[in-house]
Amino acid sequence: MQTSSLILALLVLTGIAYQLGRMRSLRVAGGARGARKLHSLPSYYGLLTAIWCGLPALVVVLGWQALEDRIIAGQVIQSMGGSVQELAPGELSLVLNDVRNVVAGNVKPDAVMPEIAVAALRWQRLDGLSRTSAAVLALCVALAGGWITLLRIKPTMRARNRVEQIVRVALMGCSLIAILTTIGIVLSVLYESLQFFRFVPVTEFIFGTQWSPQLAIRADQVGSTGAFGAVPLFAGTLLISFIAMAVAVPVGLFSAIYLAEYASRGFRAVTKPLLEVLAGIPTVVYGFFAALTVAPLLRGVGERLGLEVASESALAAGLVMGIMIIPFVSSLADDMITAVPQALRDGSYGLGATRSETIRKVVLPAALPGIVGGVLLAVSRAIGETMIVVMAAGLSANLTANPLEAVTTVTVQIVTLLVGDQEFDSPKTLAAFALGLMLFLVTLLLNVIALKVVRRYREQYE
Amino acid sequence: MNRPVPAAQDQSRIRERVERGLRRRYRAERRFRAYGLAAAVSGLLFVAFLFLSIISTGYTAFVQTYIRIDIRFNQELIDPEGKKDTETLRIGDYSGVFKEALREKFPQVEGRRELRQLYGLISDGSAFDLRDMVLGDPRLIGQTRELWLMASDDIDQLVKGKIDRKLPEDQRVISDLQLGWLDALTGEDRVERRFNRVFFTAGDSREPEQAGVLGAVVGSFLTLMVTLVLSFPIGVAAAVYLEEFAPANRFTDMIEVNINNLAAVPSIVFGLLGLAVFIQFFGVPRSAPLVGGLVLTLMTLPTIIIASRAAIKAVPPSIREAALGMGASQVQVVAHHVLPLAMPGMLTGAIIGMARALGESAPLLMIGMVAFIADIPGSLTDPATVLPVQVFLWADSPERAFLERTSGAIMVLLAFLLVMNAAAVILRQKFERRW
Repeated sequence: MQTSSLILALLVLTGIAYQLGRMRSLRVAGGARGARKLHSLPSYYGLLTAIWCGLPALVVVLGWQALEDRIIAGQVIQSMGGSVQELAPGELSLVLNDVRNVVAGNVKPDAVMPEIAVAALRWQRLDGLSRTSAAVLALCVALAGGWITLLRIKPTMRARNRVEQIVRVALMGCSLIAILTTIGIVLSVLYESLQFFRFVPVTEFIFGTQWSPQLAIRADQVGSTGAFGAVPLFAGTLLISFIAMAVAVPVGLFSAIYLAEYASRGFRAVTKPLLEVLAGIPTVVYGFFAALTVAPLLRGVGERLGLEVASESALAAGLVMGIMIIPFVSSLADDMITAVPQALRDGSYGLGATRSETIRKVVLPAALPGIVGGVLLAVSRAIGETMIVVMAAGLSANLTANPLEAVTTVTVQIVTLLVGDQEFDSPKTLAAFALGLMLFLVTLLLNVIALKVVRRYREQYE
Repeated sequence: MNRPVPAAQDQSRIRERVERGLRRRYRAERRFRAYGLAAAVSGLLFVAFLFLSIISTGYTAFVQTYIRIDIRFNQELIDPEGKKDTETLRIGDYSGVFKEALREKFPQVEGRRELRQLYGLISDGSAFDLRDMVLGDPRLIGQTRELWLMASDDIDQLVKGKIDRKLPEDQRVISDLQLGWLDALTGEDRVERRFNRVFFTAGDSREPEQAGVLGAVVGSFLTLMVTLVLSFPIGVAAAVYLEEFAPANRFTDMIEVNINNLAAVPSIVFGLLGLAVFIQFFGVPRSAPLVGGLVLTLMTLPTIIIASRAAIKAVPPSIREAALGMGASQVQVVAHHVLPLAMPGMLTGAIIGMARALGESAPLLMIGMVAFIADIPGSLTDPATVLPVQVFLWADSPERAFLERTSGAIMVLLAFLLVMNAAAVILRQKFERRW
């Protein structure tokens, strides 16, 4: 039975269980008139029955799904005999892939080695067996759960409290997913990174200035020894982020000041949403814009001025990233500026200060912590931005501070190392996870500081 | 008050200095104001420039050049043995059919190289169109019809004016001969630009004129469905727990800090998580909408939780107290009163989260949704790609005609985003209650 139809069957069963539970509660109470004797509303008895019918069965189905593939693969490998079991993990996965291809019907059984065809046949048999047993087990669990609950329904049963208890646990479970996600990120990135640091020492990774992740496929290959010094990547990321902030902070801050303090109501009502459009545009669009419009434009201007501009210059990527971040800075700064109490401004005006003097000497210093927090958040976003740099920045790891040259960033390298088929045991793939770890740690640090600063600032005036 | 009054001369000097200072200060004021206006206007100019540059390169993707030509459905080429069964008709030499038509149109062309250039006028994909016509109506065999066939991508670009015909021959992809034939056809009114249906009904292709966005749109739709079905209930449940049930302790604090941090984690890190956990550990198939949806769920959850919490917070406590006073349990208060009242706000948050997920591509690169996939995905476990990744793939393609198609795909993507955001705004304005 297909999983989807199994789940559908379970849903139908659950619906029936609800009705049965409801009817049963009324029956044990002695008809509709006896409903007063029940502890809870009849629908709660129905719900309880439905939950005990559906929930355990669903857990069985999902658990089975998650483990099925591995168990079958293990069985098949065992059946293929000692020679296959002793293969290296990489070769083993190749063999398994062959088997899978035959099972999926992508490859005809007579086109592969006979052992693999036999294994595929065995796989198919096990798969069918597993599906049938999963269906039988899940349905049994559902029926048993529903049946037992039905039998236990009594007028004194505290059905509502039980249902609510389950609901509370479920709600808490959902909010735990946030923590699980964080743990998942840390564990997965950390685990692969530790694997990587077994090949490459941490100090070489953090302080090395050579980055060329191409590994020799043959031992005697020339010129690709693989160097994993990430300093050029950090430098490139910082350079591009710096350019982005140099665009975004002045433009964002000044437009926030203008919109908050000077602009007429109408101008503000039109401009603010239009600027926020910039925040809603997908980053891949910015990447396309940077690579196909801005980069050639900069090259053209550079040629006029007699400057050599690389076609994948850091400047193009940084400029466009800056444009992307403008609304981020401006809306945060706007919040912070409008949060400054009017009394401070009035005091300043009363002393004869002009508007700009009030803004520069009173409003901005008062809003500064909040603005700094916002800028930190924007920096963290610039560091983690991927698509713009993948499309508009280069691949070669240059250690340079010249914005007209091509540089590469951490995110670009993660993408280039991981796109395409990869073996999970080569340092090249694992390096991406080590870079991911760095990225996660740095942005986490920035975020924690920024959120703390912003929160403290908000409390100050509330 | 008892400071000595300055002499009249001193007073006027002070006044002069103050006025000079005032002029300076007013100038500074105007300058400052001008900086502000310039910043705001330059922001607007960026928006305008971005949209103009995309639309001006992209609008031509919605039309396609067609060439009218007399096609003889030559039985020799399609069905030489006269079997007329579907299997034979399927493998007939349909490119031979339009090549023959071109030869008949320009009988003076000779030699392999020239013929190859001649055949280059018409897209190879036309063979499939002819095949589908014959499969639909086998009686066509042996007849002659006047048909509009798709021009090849280079011809299409020339007709749209994207290739400069004044360039010397060795610098453009179209030869002088082809130019001559095209002009002859144009003179007979046989070249026409029509609405590009293929762009909206086909999957990806290596040939620009046969490539369409439908596969990516369907992939995006399936992925977003998974995301919505998972992230909305989970996000709302988490928000309800945190707002209504969670005790105020360090554990709850930790959950909150976590959610705020996750909202700011770079999206590519979620891709790494998806690769390591969903694909490596749980064995979810690569490149499938299922795994894409799972990754995007984790990514959009914080957005939805934060928006839902704000919506729940906006429901006034008096409503909860009234319900509690009537004897409702806490769960009943939430289910019967708080949730319905907060629903518009939550839905708005969900739509905004979905719009973000629709535009996201970086984490999907990690989990293999960048493969070239010509088929339109039919289920959650089929390999698929999504609209933004399709944009990324096309932007990397060397063919000139993919440039306008990339912009076209971006316009489709932006149109979807516009609709979603407009829906969110309408929802907010129509249903949001101020208490």
